[in-house]
Amino acid sequence: MKHTLAVLVENRYGVLSRVASLFARRGYNIDSLAVGVTEDPTISRMTIVVRGDDLVLEQVTKQLNKLIDVIRVTDLGSEDTVERELALIKVNADVNNRSEIMQIADIFRAKIIDVASKSMVIEVTGDENKIRAIEQLLKPFGIKEMARTGKIALRRGPKSV
Amino acid sequence: MKNINVYEKYDQQSDRMTGRTEKMTGARAIIECLYREGVDTIFGYPGGQVLPIYDALYDSKIRHVLVRHEQSAAHAADGYARATGKVGVCLATSGPGATNLVTGIATANMDSIPIVALTGQVPLSMIGNDAFQEANITGITLPITKHNYLLQDANDIPRVMKEAFHIASTGRPGPVLIDIPKDLTTELIDFHYPETVKLRSYNPTYEGNIQQIKKAAEEILRSYKPVIYAGGGVISANASEYLRALAEKVQAPVTTTLTGMGAFPVDHPLFLGMLGMHGTKYANYSIQESDLIIAVGARFDDRVTGKIRSFATNAKIIHIDVDPAEISKNVRVDIPIVGNARKVLEDLLKYVDKAPTDDWLQRIAHWKRSYPMHYIGGKDNIKPQYIIEQIHEACKDAIIVTEVGQHQMWAAQYFRFSEPRTFISSGGLGTMGFGFPASIGVKVARPDKVVFDISGDGSFQMSSQELATVVQENIPVIIAIFNNGYLGMVRQWQELFFDKRYSYTCIRNSVDFVKLAEAYGALGLRVTQPSEVRPAIEQAIASGRPTLIDFWVECEENVSPMVPAGAAINEILDLERKA
Repeated sequence: MKHTLAVLVENRYGVLSRVASLFARRGYNIDSLAVGVTEDPTISRMTIVVRGDDLVLEQVTKQLNKLIDVIRVTDLGSEDTVERELALIKVNADVNNRSEIMQIADIFRAKIIDVASKSMVIEVTGDENKIRAIEQLLKPFGIKEMARTGKIALRRGPKSV
Repeated sequence: MKNINVYEKYDQQSDRMTGRTEKMTGARAIIECLYREGVDTIFGYPGGQVLPIYDALYDSKIRHVLVRHEQSAAHAADGYARATGKVGVCLATSGPGATNLVTGIATANMDSIPIVALTGQVPLSMIGNDAFQEANITGITLPITKHNYLLQDANDIPRVMKEAFHIASTGRPGPVLIDIPKDLTTELIDFHYPETVKLRSYNPTYEGNIQQIKKAAEEILRSYKPVIYAGGGVISANASEYLRALAEKVQAPVTTTLTGMGAFPVDHPLFLGMLGMHGTKYANYSIQESDLIIAVGARFDDRVTGKIRSFATNAKIIHIDVDPAEISKNVRVDIPIVGNARKVLEDLLKYVDKAPTDDWLQRIAHWKRSYPMHYIGGKDNIKPQYIIEQIHEACKDAIIVTEVGQHQMWAAQYFRFSEPRTFISSGGLGTMGFGFPASIGVKVARPDKVVFDISGDGSFQMSSQELATVVQENIPVIIAIFNNGYLGMVRQWQELFFDKRYSYTCIRNSVDFVKLAEAYGALGLRVTQPSEVRPAIEQAIASGRPTLIDFWVECEENVSPMVPAGAAINEILDLERKA
C-alpha cells in the first residue's frame, strides 16, 4: 500500500541526507520524493510516497518525527487531497507527425514548450496515471528523453498541515 | 602543573561575563560553554585541528583526562554519564580522531546515554577537498547520533553547544556530535550564552496522558498475574524509587533487562532477576504465564523476547516509554503511555492499589525454589560466578562495570545490586573493550566508590592501552580479568551449536597480564586457586592503586541458563558444568 506523507522540515544544510539515511537504515522504500521551500523560507516541505502496511507507516512517521530537524509529519493518504506530478518529455517529431503529437498533448492539456526540426518537448502535469497514459501514447513516436518530478500534494479545502 | 592564579583569573572572567557579551576566540567560547553546562571533566586526545581548543583548555579548570585511544574517550564519557546522569563529554581531532570515536558513540546511542562529542574538522574552505585528516564525521555518525552539527559560523558556537547539551540530556537521551572546523576556533566572536533553547521541532513528551494512565491502572487492579518489566529507561529517568513503590503497592513481581540492573534491589522479595537469553528461569516463566506486562523504559529487544511470536502470548501489555517510536515497534502494545518513566510512575501510583496476586506470588515462589540460579562450585578450579560473589561480599556497594561476553552475564546474574547506576555495561551494541575505559569515566565521576571493571581476557585486550591513562592520572579502578583462555561467549556458542569446533576462539597463554600491568606501573595480581580469590580482592581494594587481577578461571564454564537464539524464552536450558 502506498502512502503520501507531507513532511515539514527545517530548511537547512543536510536535512535531506538525514531523511534519506533514516529510510535506508530502517529499510523503508521511498517511491518518490519531492522537496521544495514553503511559503516560510525557513521551512521546506518534503512530499514522500512510501510503500508499506499500517505498521510500517506508523514507524516511518514516528522515526521521522524523532529527527530534530523534522517539524511535522502528516499522512495525506486518508485525506481528500490534490496531487500532482510534472513530467518533461522529449519526443521525436518532424513535419509529418508534429500535428498528431500536438493533438495528443491537447487532449492531456499538456504544453509544447520546445519545438525543433526533429523533436518537441512536452510539459505535462497530473497524477501518476495521467503521466503514464501520455507516456504510452507518445512511445510509438520515440521518446528521446524524459524527466519527471516526484509527487507533490495538498489537502483540499481551507485546512493545512 | 598549572598555575592556580590562572584558574582564579578564569573564574573571575566567567563570573564577569554572565549576562553580557565579551569578545573571545571560538576555542575559548567552547570552553566557556562547557563551564556554563557544569562540565567538570572531559575525556580526549589532541591533534592538529583541535590545537586551539587544547590551548584554551590548558589554563581552564576543567579536568581533561588524556586517554590513549579516542574510542576510550567516548567510552569514558559514556561511563561518566551512566554513573552520574550528567552529560559526558569527549573531544577528538579531525579524521582518524573523529572516526575512532565512532564505536563509542554507537554504544551510547544504542543504550540512550547522553554524551556530547566534540571533533575538530579541517578549515571550512578546505572541507570537501580530501584535506589531510579530513573525514565527513557528521555523515558517518548520522545514523548513530541523536543529532549532529557541522559548525559553519563561529557565532553559532554558543547556541549549538547549548542545543547539543539540551538534546543529549532530554527526552530519550543520546549522543550529539559537534564538528568544529579549525578556523572557527581562532576567530573572535561576541560571546553570549543563550539561557534557553528554542527548537520548534523538538518537544519531548514528559507527562503521560492521564486517560491512558487511568486505563493502565484499571488493568493492573484486575490482573491476577502481572509482571513489571523494567529497562534502562528507569535508571536514566531516575525512577527507581517509584518503580519500587509501584511493585510494592500492587504486589507485582519485577524483572529487569541487562541495562535495567540496579533499578530494583536484587534482594527484594518481589525481584525475579534478569529476563531473556541469560535471565533466570523464574523470570522467563513468569513473563510467559503472565496476564499483564507492565513495561517501563524497556524496548522489547530480541535478547529479551526470544521468539517474538511466542512472547507472553496471554498477556496484555502496558508500555511506558519516553520515545513514541518504541511503542509497538517489536510487539503489539495494548496501552501505550508516552512519557518520562519517573513522571508516569508517579501519576500511576495515585490510581493503583494491591492487585489479586497472592496465588501468583506463591506460584513464583515455587519456581524460585525449584529453579534457583546455581552453579557447581569448584575445589581446585576457580568458578567465575564465585569471583562475582566474593567481590560482592568484599564490597557490597561497589560499582560494577563490564566488558561484553560471559563475564558480563555472570556479573549481571550473581552480583546483588541494590542501587541504580551501579551496574554499567554495553547492552544494545555489545561492545567489547567498553568496560575498562568506561570504568575510567565512572571512577572519575564517583571517586568515593570502589569501581571494578569485570573483564575477559579477550575484551581487556581491546582497550588494555588505557593502563597508561589510569596510572598517569592515578585513577584507581580494579580490573578483574576472568581469564579462561577463550573468547568465551563465542566458544560457548561453538560448543552448543557448532559441534565444539572452536574456530579462532582460543587465545590461551598469549599474554602475561601481571607483567603487562607492571609494565604500565599498575599493580598486577595473579589468582590461580579459589582460596586466593578473596585475599586478592581485598588487597586490590586496600591498595588504592590501579590494579589488575588476573583470575585463572575454569576454562570451559558456560553461562547458564540459556535460551537458544530463536527459541521462546521459556525454552531455557541448564548448562552448568561439573567441577
